[in-house]
Amino acid sequence: MINMKATTKATTAWLNSEEYKEKNFAREKLVINPAKACQPLGALLCALGIENCLPFTHGSQGCTAYFRSTLSRHFREPVAAVSDSMTEDSAVFGGQTNLIEGVRNAYALYKPDVIAVFTSCMAEVMGDDINAYIGLAKHEGAIPEDLPVALGNTPSFKGSHITGYDTMLKAFLVALATERQAEKINDRLYVVPGFDTYPGNLREYKRVLKIMKAPFTLLPDNSDVVDAPNLGTYELYPGGTPLTEVKDALNAKSFLFLQSYTTMTASKYVDSKEVPTETIPMPIGIKGMDQFIQSVAKFTGLDVPDEITQERGRAVDAMTDAHQYIHGKRFSLFGDPDLLMGLVSFLLEMGGLPVHIVCTNSTTPFKKAMEALLASSSYGQEATLYPNKDLWHLRSLLVTEPVDMLIGDSHGKWAARDANIPLVRIGFPITDRVNLHRSPIVGYTGVINLITMIANTFLDDVDRNSPEATFEMMR
Amino acid sequence: MSIKETKEFRKQVVEDVLDIYPEKAKKNRTKHIAVKDDDNCAGCAVKSNAKTVPGVMTARGCAYAGAKGVVWGPVKDIVHISHGPVGCGFYSWGNRRNLADGEIGVDNFVPFLFTSDFQESDIIYGGDKKLETIIREVVDLFPNAKGVSVLSECPVGLIGDDIESVARRMSKEFEIPVIPVRCEGFRGISQSLGHHIANDAIRDHLLGTGPGREVGPYDIGIIGDYNIGGDAWVSKKLLEECGLNVVNIWTGDSTMEMLQNGHLVKLNLIHCTRSMNYIVKHMEETYGTPWLEFNFFGPTKIKESLLKIAAEFDNTIMEKTLKVIEKYEGQMAKVIESYKTRLAGKTVMLYIGGLRPRHMVGSYEDLGMEVIGTGYEFGHKEDYEVTIPDLKDGTLIYDDVTAYELEEFVKKMKPDLVGSGIKEKYVFEKMGLPFRQMHSWDYSGPYQGYEGFPIFAKDMDMAINSPTWKIIKAPWTK
Repeated sequence: MINMKATTKATTAWLNSEEYKEKNFAREKLVINPAKACQPLGALLCALGIENCLPFTHGSQGCTAYFRSTLSRHFREPVAAVSDSMTEDSAVFGGQTNLIEGVRNAYALYKPDVIAVFTSCMAEVMGDDINAYIGLAKHEGAIPEDLPVALGNTPSFKGSHITGYDTMLKAFLVALATERQAEKINDRLYVVPGFDTYPGNLREYKRVLKIMKAPFTLLPDNSDVVDAPNLGTYELYPGGTPLTEVKDALNAKSFLFLQSYTTMTASKYVDSKEVPTETIPMPIGIKGMDQFIQSVAKFTGLDVPDEITQERGRAVDAMTDAHQYIHGKRFSLFGDPDLLMGLVSFLLEMGGLPVHIVCTNSTTPFKKAMEALLASSSYGQEATLYPNKDLWHLRSLLVTEPVDMLIGDSHGKWAARDANIPLVRIGFPITDRVNLHRSPIVGYTGVINLITMIANTFLDDVDRNSPEATFEMMR
Repeated sequence: MSIKETKEFRKQVVEDVLDIYPEKAKKNRTKHIAVKDDDNCAGCAVKSNAKTVPGVMTARGCAYAGAKGVVWGPVKDIVHISHGPVGCGFYSWGNRRNLADGEIGVDNFVPFLFTSDFQESDIIYGGDKKLETIIREVVDLFPNAKGVSVLSECPVGLIGDDIESVARRMSKEFEIPVIPVRCEGFRGISQSLGHHIANDAIRDHLLGTGPGREVGPYDIGIIGDYNIGGDAWVSKKLLEECGLNVVNIWTGDSTMEMLQNGHLVKLNLIHCTRSMNYIVKHMEETYGTPWLEFNFFGPTKIKESLLKIAAEFDNTIMEKTLKVIEKYEGQMAKVIESYKTRLAGKTVMLYIGGLRPRHMVGSYEDLGMEVIGTGYEFGHKEDYEVTIPDLKDGTLIYDDVTAYELEEFVKKMKPDLVGSGIKEKYVFEKMGLPFRQMHSWDYSGPYQGYEGFPIFAKDMDMAINSPTWKIIKAPWTK
């Protein structure tokens, strides 16, 4: 092994070189600036979407402090969750005492209707028999016998935040939903948003479903929890999918999953219970939303209301109005698989050119789906998907094969700055801009919002950087 | 209310609030809360630095947060590897405002997350080989890194990895310090043990191993300032105006060499005693380097501290210091005067970490405000011992306060402002209560020194007097 220090002193110029990119892409184990968080954070976000549910981490208290602060920074909202504060003695003797005392105290303080227990690393490495502990807690009277407890095993060393969401969602169904009975089948469409950090998206789904006259349950629905109104009082449980509707979930007329990679096991479980199940891509862009509308129309058996057609028309109008600001522009994107599928699909519709697509929590099915999507459009031909790469890889790409814009969460700001290109913030977490999570990026409304963000960012840049001679009134 | 009535009222509040707990938890929590009573201060002491009651909503973090997030993370020319699964590193990436000056990726690695991203196979087969590869890759990709720290997350300790031997081997091969830090999150009961472990790692692997330097007569170090929002830079500037020469800062905007040479000063000034008292005591015992605690929040404490510091040096320093104080006191009086009508008499409740539950009290009092409640997230007995005498009669003191308790205390004591962290912020804002984050300065700052105090005053005024609080109630609601 040659000690590089002896031969090369790093400089920014070297970091920006092809040679460095090769070296950077040759690394095998070191991960630098990954665009993924860990499973229990996703489990917590899922649990926030169930009414009167208290998220409870079985593990070290530090994990819960991290999830809460990370989510609060993004949503600018309170995030209530507890842990059973396991410490070194739990590592020796197991986490039984902590769990029982933990649920006892949490129940006394916060009176939940359901507790969502999910694990962090410590409990998983030790192999705690958590189901047995929960049974004991009930047996000892720490919590009522009939208090539902959903259990998700979500170690940080498997999957990412999106699989944690999936695991917790399935756990709710396993713990709460009664078996499907032919005579009890309800009239509702259960719509699962997936790991979504835009309460604006959830509200958009609900708005459209109402227009479509579809009886529905959004499961889970954290929109009122992570986007709660300020009415002068703090509510611990300001909303969520009603427990009765979770219990009745397997009697759904059918299920519609709006993301693929954040709902793999939950959708499989629902499907295994013989509930008619459909999974469609996250409805970003016209085609994505068209698919959503068609799926819902198929469910209701009704014609698509004219109001929706009008909405679609306005979105398409916005696209044609603004196509010149996006067509032919080169984009790099990073984020979660479902989000990337949607955003790339939207860019292709606009004639934008995705160039680098970095997905740290990529999977083989996602890779295939993304490659198929890119192959389907002449605007997708310049794109390369970089599965399981991170934002330090992305930085090398940006400085050696330049693009016009980066799309991703706030963590992308350093790479964007180094490449001297604008960052349009879409994803999670967004910790340095306000309100973005409140506006939908899905649906026809989302199409207009995306165009506004992307086109106006380019135009702001043009104005800020143009010399007097070409500084014009019209753009 | 008379002071006697106030104290009785607050004691009753505590009793009422704790009533909801199951017996065992209630017994435990009762010991952590007290109302300061000058007539009978035997009851002022609170229990601290004890295990958190399971299942309550604690604000506390873990040893990793204390070691990586607080002490090691700000050291800019060392690559810090978050060793274990991806989460801990992800959540502690870029969200503590320890500003650092340097070329990112060349000699400044503060804005990075380096992680070994443990997978299940690493748990089963161990992560030592992976760690070795990772260190090789770090050295290859960042040849200017002065050293590498390995910050263990929970699984590393549970599966029995030997990161010390990997570190030794790599350190020898690459001739740079590779520092194993055993800060698994399950160790201890809060961030606090993580600080201690981090201090010990500096002591065992860096301190005294540097190139050395001649110690000038006015050379000093600042210890335990993490440069939140540029605080350490402001302190450095102020001390240098007084004729002193700040050669080290630990660890805000610091370098590995500063850690190696920490003892090579005439005096170490310690800001956050909670997180770094261990190492200043060690430097005193081992190298005879004296240390002194200081507080640069608010003109009263700044003056007190500057005079105390100057007294450790010769007349030249004292004369300059007196001039500096004179120069700024007038400006500060104007600042106080300009906010007086808007802030005087307003009450504050604080709940913070480190040193701030006591250090911030003076800066509020300088503005004519009153701190009616305060507490430490992870304080020890000695923190409360020095805090309580500084507090007014009747102040409510709470240790490791739970979210429920703090909410209820605030509802009943109705302060005009709450100062705490991100997890608390939006709870109180939903109640219609002005709030400032007092860990991150709510993305403002610096708050230290004469430069910071006007910003602090402006921010407190902005929080309390924002017109947004007045429109919460819709005109048609009853």
